[in-house]
Amino acid sequence: MKPAAFEYLRPTSLDEALEALHRHRDDAKILAGGQSLVPLLNFRMLRPAMLIDINGLEELQVLRVDDGGALRIGALTRHVTLETSALVRERFPVLGEAVRHVAHLAIRNRGTIGGSLCHADPAAELPMMMVLLDARLHTRSTAGSRVHPAEEFFEGPLMSAIEEDEILTGIEVPPLPAGAGWAFEEFSQRSGDFAIAAVAAIVELREGTVAEMRLAAMGVGPTPLRLHAVEEALVGQPLTEAAIRDAAAHARQEVDPETDLKASADYRRHLVEALTERCLEVAGARAAGTPAAAGVDA
Amino acid sequence: MSGLRAIETTVNGRRYRRSVEPRLLLSDFLRQELGLTGTHVGCEHGVCGACTVLVDGHSVRACLMFAIQCDGAAIETVEGLGTPASLSPLQESFRANHGLQCGFCTPGILMTCVDLLRKHPTASREEIREGLSGNLCRCTGYEHIVAAVEALIRREGGQE
Repeated sequence: MKPAAFEYLRPTSLDEALEALHRHRDDAKILAGGQSLVPLLNFRMLRPAMLIDINGLEELQVLRVDDGGALRIGALTRHVTLETSALVRERFPVLGEAVRHVAHLAIRNRGTIGGSLCHADPAAELPMMMVLLDARLHTRSTAGSRVHPAEEFFEGPLMSAIEEDEILTGIEVPPLPAGAGWAFEEFSQRSGDFAIAAVAAIVELREGTVAEMRLAAMGVGPTPLRLHAVEEALVGQPLTEAAIRDAAAHARQEVDPETDLKASADYRRHLVEALTERCLEVAGARAAGTPAAAGVDA
Repeated sequence: MSGLRAIETTVNGRRYRRSVEPRLLLSDFLRQELGLTGTHVGCEHGVCGACTVLVDGHSVRACLMFAIQCDGAAIETVEGLGTPASLSPLQESFRANHGLQCGFCTPGILMTCVDLLRKHPTASREEIREGLSGNLCRCTGYEHIVAAVEALIRREGGQE
């Protein structure tokens, strides 16, 4: 038995959970899937006096498309649910692809999207997906609710905008443009490891030129990043091989990664360039509906 | 401050009632409270996969759940597969294909395979390798493990 002793609460409603969190906010942690929290408890890097287990809250387990076409993901939705959801596969395939890269089978069976987003690891797939997809994150406390654009939610490594008396309740992913192409490319040392770097793209083409471009990268900064300057330079341009090469070189300039035990800063910059090139090729082919896209499987 | 709490779980079809501290990990509960020492404890922080068991049909790291979270749950461990005298088809395939050497990782790998084969009874070699990527084995180099699962799929259509 390794974790320090704690009191355990298993509320049956969100209000009950928020009340408990409000009362014990200085010394309580929310237990969702536990795949990041429990290792920290086992190492005693965290010693909360109370765990509030929200696994019983069915109101946080929704996964549906609303009337406006936005995907509503309850915070307790497990990775395996996203991975196997036909809705996700059909409407937000980039999310379905990215979630397959999250850790391993048994971790995906337990881990939740809310837990991953609140943990805010800068090399985790789901925070990056939220930034790519312009998701809005909904948080609640006894004082009320807030909505956070994903790019503002992630503030640094393992740091997010969530307050200690708040619970992330759900995520709203706006619909993608019809016929948008997508790609997700990750490089890690072993399958299931945290990425050394990853890039993802959403591309909408109209009459052969880029109408909308979204490009996100992770593992190359304190938070997942949108490469806005690269996106803006591509809008209105045809997505030619030369344009893709220029954009990839541009992406390399836009990131400022650090060197760590896994990779040097320069190697990470190289990966961003290579992965951006692949992403734009794949997403562009999918957006164009060219036969090549059918054979492309990131 | 963290008194004992009564829980009731079903493990391999048998019901158990125990009083546990909230901080008791499922892995330690199985081994120390129930005496089911087939579930091995390796890293105790979710990396090695040795403690993998099924909770309500899904493979999980038993070191990343608390026993108290399993109140009312149905758990399956390696003890529920076969016996030394009558191995399950999956266990027999591991034996026949030399899918283990020291055997420490084997219970976790078997339980991962049970989950994998129930969900993907015709898993390809790539899917088997991906499915097993969360279980560390330091002896075999994995080749014989993958071969054991492939052989089972060929012979029994994945019936584990």
